[in-house]
Amino acid sequence: MARSVSTRSKVLNTAVAGTLGFLMVFPILWILILSLKTEEDAIRAPLEVLFNSGWTFDSYGAVQARSDYFKHFFNSVIISVGSTFLGLMIAIPAAWAMAFVPGKRTKDVLMWMLSTKMLPPVGVLVPIYLIFRDTGLLDSRLGLTLVLMLINMPIIIWMLYTYFREIPGEILEAARMDGASLRSEILYVLTPMAVPGIASTVLLNIILAWNEAFWTLNLTAAKAAPLTAFIASYSSPEGLFYAKLSAASIMAIAPILILGWFSQKQLVRGLTFGAVK
Amino acid sequence: MSLKKVLMMSMTGFGLTVASFASAEEITIATVNNNDMIVMQELAPRWEKLTGNTINWVVLEENVLRQRTTQDIATNGGSFDIMFIGAYEAPIWGKNGWLTSLNDFGDDADYDLEDIFQLVRNGLSADGNLYAVPLYSETSFTFYRTDLFEKAGIAAPTEQPTYTEFMEMAAKLHDPENGIYGTCQRGKAGWGENMAFVGTLANAFGARWFDENWQPQLGSAEWNNAITYYVELMTKYGPPGATANGHNENRALFKDGKCATWIDATSAANDIRNPANSKVADVTDFFQAPKQETDKGTGWFWSWALAIPASSTKADTAKDFLKWATSKEYFQMVGETKGWVAVPSGTRASIHEDPRLLEAAPFAETIKNAIFSVDPADPTRDPVPYTGVQFVAIPEFQGIGNYVGQQVSAALAGQQTVEQALANSQQFAVREMTKAGYIK
Amino acid sequence: MATKASKAAARLMISPAVLLLLGWMIAPLALTLYFSFLRYNLIMPGDNLFVGWENYYWFLTDPSFKAAMINTLVLVGGVLCVTVLGGIGFALLLEKPMFGQGIIRIMVIAPFFVMPTVSALIWKNMFMNPVNGIFGQIASGLGFAPIDFFGQFPLLSIIFIVSWQWLPFATLILLTALQSLDQEQLEAAEMDGASWLNRFRFIMLPHLARAITVVILIQTIFLLSTFAEILVTTNGGPGTATTNLTYLVYVSSLLQFDVGMGSAGGVIAIILANIVAIFLMRMIGKNLDA
Repeated sequence: MARSVSTRSKVLNTAVAGTLGFLMVFPILWILILSLKTEEDAIRAPLEVLFNSGWTFDSYGAVQARSDYFKHFFNSVIISVGSTFLGLMIAIPAAWAMAFVPGKRTKDVLMWMLSTKMLPPVGVLVPIYLIFRDTGLLDSRLGLTLVLMLINMPIIIWMLYTYFREIPGEILEAARMDGASLRSEILYVLTPMAVPGIASTVLLNIILAWNEAFWTLNLTAAKAAPLTAFIASYSSPEGLFYAKLSAASIMAIAPILILGWFSQKQLVRGLTFGAVK
Repeated sequence: MSLKKVLMMSMTGFGLTVASFASAEEITIATVNNNDMIVMQELAPRWEKLTGNTINWVVLEENVLRQRTTQDIATNGGSFDIMFIGAYEAPIWGKNGWLTSLNDFGDDADYDLEDIFQLVRNGLSADGNLYAVPLYSETSFTFYRTDLFEKAGIAAPTEQPTYTEFMEMAAKLHDPENGIYGTCQRGKAGWGENMAFVGTLANAFGARWFDENWQPQLGSAEWNNAITYYVELMTKYGPPGATANGHNENRALFKDGKCATWIDATSAANDIRNPANSKVADVTDFFQAPKQETDKGTGWFWSWALAIPASSTKADTAKDFLKWATSKEYFQMVGETKGWVAVPSGTRASIHEDPRLLEAAPFAETIKNAIFSVDPADPTRDPVPYTGVQFVAIPEFQGIGNYVGQQVSAALAGQQTVEQALANSQQFAVREMTKAGYIK
Repeated sequence: MATKASKAAARLMISPAVLLLLGWMIAPLALTLYFSFLRYNLIMPGDNLFVGWENYYWFLTDPSFKAAMINTLVLVGGVLCVTVLGGIGFALLLEKPMFGQGIIRIMVIAPFFVMPTVSALIWKNMFMNPVNGIFGQIASGLGFAPIDFFGQFPLLSIIFIVSWQWLPFATLILLTALQSLDQEQLEAAEMDGASWLNRFRFIMLPHLARAITVVILIQTIFLLSTFAEILVTTNGGPGTATTNLTYLVYVSSLLQFDVGMGSAGGVIAIILANIVAIFLMRMIGKNLDA
């Protein structure tokens, strides 16, 4: 860095940003604390909860006894990862073509794709439900994977398109001169260069798919239900339930939080959507 | 041994494994996250062990459950083999041919269908066919805190009080500085939430949903009196944030000792009086829900019951589970494992006569009598063309009930006047009834 | 550089995506359109008669429709304001040198990983519940009457919750954009004696313009169909105070099970969403080419 930064201003920055960051993350920390309390302690005044009550893992046990966490977790993983990779397989060629062989209507096609995301899901639930019933896709992981792939595809394509556009065309030309086929051009030249972009795309889509709560709840019953359905039974209280609700919430969001934690750098660098030149 | 023979034998062997596999089935049950259903879920592994079948539970919150099950059964989706449904859905769905008739339960002497209260069976039947079997039934009555009544110097009413008297009680009991609210009532919008209480309140004030010609009556003076009373009661003596409180929220508040009175489902009594779940188990007692202009329809009628969609391909296994889950033995099992105070009420005569229940839950008799005093066929002061106390047993009611519920909750939140809320409600009800062709 | 062959290949490569999305859009859309002209109520099986524009008439004259339109605009606009302004603030702050930058960044973006249902449940119960929630407990502890958030400020509460979820997203994108800013240009401006405000206005803000448009576009797409947060917290009420267009369609088609009217509402919502889309696309299209 060209400028030297005084320690004092660095401390000040840390204090301000730290405080704000703490406020943002506080709700999550708070439910983490509540999830480790008994139900009676969980509704006491905040200071009492913090300093005047014991710790216990009972709520996690109670939540697990209600419905098997791992089954839902497994479904969430399959559906979110599956839909993302399936989506990539279709989106990479499409984004490549739009980025390197732009036609007159490329931009329109892109915008049209994005506009399909504006379809309000509630408006088309009944038709989709009927189609799923007739094709036997109700309550199947395959069905959900397909739906999530489709609803996230426009975002995938758009993100990839913006990354690909930043790759200088000369490199591809050079590869082509060397006799690379289209397939090997995509596979060996383009993809490695686009890895950071693809990685960010994958991350964002796993997050979006993991958290999608409308289709996943409405098209599943028991077999394919992911974590969004797992949490649905806690949306109205039965007796004292803060500790159990907190435990269930932590269980539902922990995997994606951990993933986010490790890929933080990737996300901070990668989410450009073509906004950076 | 010839090759053919080997093949034949292995085929039969294969056939046998398939057959024995088919007899152990996997069924899917859509259930609601109420206490008694969670107990059933905890006990169900015993049935699984007994029969070798397995159960997938889909546990949902009441509103979501209703939406998911209706959507699935109406589209013949077949996602569920057993559903928890209520007294509103059972006859309507049964009439639509969506549910498997359970008449053959009457042939099973061990099951003893006659032991289930006639009134409840009637509520779950349509055209003489039984479509669901009850886990529990309920009416509404007043929960009150004996300790707080004593402290405030109020004698608990022995006769059915009026709502005017009830408000006076709430006023004396209200002590928000010490975290005690005079009364907790449902404020969360929905035909099964605030409108259940408001419906009985309106009945007490002499109101009715429709006149004999299906003309909506929401603009009447009776409705106005009832809702004005409701808003005054709740804003003066209710807890803050009442518009977010439904049955479960109020139950939590009451168990936590924050409410002095609560008019709600009798089925909550065993939970409130269960020291394992409630802080106020020893200091809670009950009296009838108040009356006002009339004592007709002042307590509602509801039951939660198990039904099998016609789309289920595993009806026999499902029936087996239904019999197990509503048998005499099941209720005894709950009594033995969870304590007799936790036994669901309002289902079987023999259980209500069981000395172990009467000892652990002396209030069970009160509940039974309260349920028997309800007459869904004659719910209001003035004549009406419908049955149902807190609901109107027609398919259109859900939409109307939800809308009116929203309007009432907006009035409660102070976002509009009672007059405005009822004018909107009347307009909406007229629209819906016109749309459905009841009126021109 | 594009030859005829490569153009054909390109078309071949786009087509799976286009066909799939076309199918995904057209199949339900066609059925929705079809249903919107029928009297089709799930709980009243029978002949689904053709009723013409009747469903549209009933939906458009629904007293909740106007409220839903306004609420949708206020919700989307409100969240956009909070997240864009807040996001710029956070991005400027996080870009500065500090200790434990990684930890602080992950704290700021953490809410983005929380599923909407969970975040609505957390805020509704543990924070905004006037009796047992933290805000209520603090208010009571200090001797004030607790605020009934969902009763008194329903739409504002929802905007708050949704903003909490989307602020990290805006921050991420704006931060990325800010990091690509030419430091030397900034330093030169500083040497020339430009105040911070002027540097922000004439150097940083123009640089962020594209990122801001991207944030607006993507968030609008998601915010137009805000649903889980409303369903979990207020159920669209009190009254119609938090009913947005999506929720109104939900009420018609899945609470009243009037699929005909719900479909009419769906068609109207799609048309309105596309008007917004075209408007946004024009805006972003210009900005993306620039």
